[in-house]
Amino acid sequence: MSKSNTILYLDGVSVSFDGFRAINNLSLVLDRGEMRAIIGPNGAGKTTMMDIVTGKTRPDDGEVFFDGEVDLTSHDEAEIAMMGIGRKFQKPTVFESHSIEENLMLALKGPRSIFPALFHRKSAAEARRIDDIIGVIRLGDKRREVAANLSHGQKQWLEIGMLLAQDPKLLLVDEPVAGMTDAETEETARLLKEIARDHSVIVVEHDMRFVRELGVKVTCLHEGSVLSEGTLDFVSADERVVEVYLGR
Amino acid sequence: MITGRFFAAGADRRIAITIFILLAVAVIVPLLNLAISPASAFHIPSYMVALTGKYLCYALLALSLDLVWGYCGILSLGHGAFFALGGYAMGMYLMRQIGSRGVYGNPILPDFMVFLNYKELPWFWYGFDHFWFAGLMVLAVPGLLAFIFGWFAFRSRVTGVYLSIITQAMTYALLLAFFRNDMGFGGNNGLTDFKDILGFSVQADATRSALFAASAVMLALAVFVTWAIVGSKYGKLLMAVRDAESRTRFLGWRAENVKLFAFTVSAVMGGIAGALYVPQVGIINPGEFEPSNSIEVVIWAAVGGRGTIIGPIIGALLVNAGKSWFTGALPELWLFALGGLFVAVTLLLPKGIIGMWDDWRGNARALRAASLAEEARTAVGVASATSKPARSPARNPGEWSWSDPEPQAAE
Repeated sequence: MSKSNTILYLDGVSVSFDGFRAINNLSLVLDRGEMRAIIGPNGAGKTTMMDIVTGKTRPDDGEVFFDGEVDLTSHDEAEIAMMGIGRKFQKPTVFESHSIEENLMLALKGPRSIFPALFHRKSAAEARRIDDIIGVIRLGDKRREVAANLSHGQKQWLEIGMLLAQDPKLLLVDEPVAGMTDAETEETARLLKEIARDHSVIVVEHDMRFVRELGVKVTCLHEGSVLSEGTLDFVSADERVVEVYLGR
Repeated sequence: MITGRFFAAGADRRIAITIFILLAVAVIVPLLNLAISPASAFHIPSYMVALTGKYLCYALLALSLDLVWGYCGILSLGHGAFFALGGYAMGMYLMRQIGSRGVYGNPILPDFMVFLNYKELPWFWYGFDHFWFAGLMVLAVPGLLAFIFGWFAFRSRVTGVYLSIITQAMTYALLLAFFRNDMGFGGNNGLTDFKDILGFSVQADATRSALFAASAVMLALAVFVTWAIVGSKYGKLLMAVRDAESRTRFLGWRAENVKLFAFTVSAVMGGIAGALYVPQVGIINPGEFEPSNSIEVVIWAAVGGRGTIIGPIIGALLVNAGKSWFTGALPELWLFALGGLFVAVTLLLPKGIIGMWDDWRGNARALRAASLAEEARTAVGVASATSKPARSPARNPGEWSWSDPEPQAAE
C-alpha cells in the first residue's frame, strides 16, 4: 500500500503495558481529507491508538507515518502538535481559569517559545481568527466567560475550537458526545461535519446514533486490532462485531 | 509597551497602589528615622527600620515563591535555598570588605579561613571583593541552580508532591554541605562580623535606612515584574500549565520550558531577597538552608493568598510581625501557633487573606478578583470588562446616564 496519499498510516503497530497487549498488530490508513469513525468496546485500544499517534506512547513495534512521510514514533507531543495533529481528550480539558477568548488565544497557531509569548501583543489578524472560531463553535455570547463556568457540552465545543485554532491537518477527537444531551449531540455532529470539510478527522465514539449521523466510514477495533471496516451498516451487520458488543 | 499597560485606565489599581505605598515607605521611613529627633513621637527607632527591612526581604521571597506556586502550581519546598545562596554571595562580598580589620588582621583571608589554616583564598572567593561581581553572583548562582535543577526535574516530568520532596532534598543537601568547614563558607558559624558595604559602615543608621529603602524599592520592582509576567500571554500559559499541563503539550507548547523560565526567574528574585537580607541582619549561616525555613515561606504565601501578587506580601509581613510579637511574649508557643495558623488557613481561608477580603466585599468584580485568574487579566480584558458596562449606557441615545445633558422627566 502506498503511503504517499495518506494523512495517517499505521502498519503492524503493537504496544504492551506490563505484558498486556493494548494494541496488537494494528494497521489503519486514513486518506487526506477523510473523516473516520472508530468504534469498539471498552479496552479495544482506541485511546491507546491516539496516544501513539500524538506521541504520548511509543509503540513497541510497527510504523506510524503522518502526511505520508513523517515518522511519528521519533517525535514528542509538542513536536507532533506543531506538525498539525490536534487532539481532543475524552474528558473535556480546557483552561478553566481563563476566558474562552484566552483559551483560544493560547491555542492559536504561532510561535511556541517563551520570549515571544512574554512580549506578545494580540494582532488584528489573531482577533479576527478568534472571532471566526467563536462563530463556528457558537459560543459568541460567552466569549469573556471563564471556562470553569461553561456547561459540559460547551467545554467540549471550546476544546474543539481550540483544535481548530491550532489549524491542524488532522484532528483526533475522543468521545466528543459522551455525557451530552440530544440537542448538544446534534450540534456536535453538525460542528464535526463542518470541520471535516477541510480537515482530516478521526472520531472515537460509542454512541451509534451519533456515528450514523456523521455518515462516514467506520472502523471497529477489538483487542487492539481492526475487527471490521466499512459503512456503519456493513460493520453492524458483521457477525464478529455483534459478538464482541453483545458478548458471546 | 508594558508601561503603557500599567498606566492604562483599567490597569489593576491594587498593583499601582502597592507599588506607590512601597515607594512612599522607601522615602518616608528613612526620613522619620534620620531627620526626626529621637524625642519626637514620629521618630522611627533604628531597630524598627532593620526589623521591617528584614520583613520586606521575606515579602520578596514569598512573592518569588508565589510566582511558581500560585501561578504555575509548582510547590517548591526549597525556596529558602535560593534566598540563602543570594545571601551567601552578598556575605562573601561583605567578608572581603573587612580586609585587615579582622581579629587575625589578615588582609586577604577572612578570619575563619585563618582559623582553619587556609593558606590562600579558595578560587571561588575570587572577585567577591568587587560589589558588581558579588551582585552578579547574587543573580547568577540561584538562577543557575534553579535552571539546572529545573531542567532535569521538569524534563523528566516530575510533578506534584514528588517535585516538592526533591526541592526539599535540594535545600537539605545544601544545608549539610554548607555546614562542612572545608566547603570554604565558614561552616557552622557562617559569615558574620561585617564592617562595610560600598564603603559605608553596616552599623550606621544611614546605611540601615538605605538598605531598608533598597529593599522596599526592590520589592516594588518585583511586584511590577511579576505583574507584567503574569499579565502577558506567557503568564496565561503559566496558569494553563498549572490547570491542564497535558492540554498545553498537545497544543504544541513545551510545558517544561514554561515552568523552567518561571522557576529560574523566581529563584533570582529569591536570591535578591537574600542578598538584601544579609547586610540588614549582619549574619548568614547554614541555618538559612533549614527545610523548615522554606516551609515557613509557603505558609506566608498561603496565609496572604496564593495566586495573587499582593497576598504573599501581606502574608509575609503579618506572619513575621506575629512571630516577632509571639517570640517575645510566648516564645514556647510560637511553633504551635504557626502550625495552627497553617491548618486554619488551609481549612477556613483556602484563598488566603486577600481572597477573604474580596469575598467579604462581596460585589461581583471583587469575586472575580479573588479567582486565581484575575491577577493575570490583560489590560485589554480588564479595561473592557470593567469600563464597558459602565460607559455603554451613555452611548445609547435616549437612555439615561449621569452625563446626559438633558434631564429625563420623573415618572
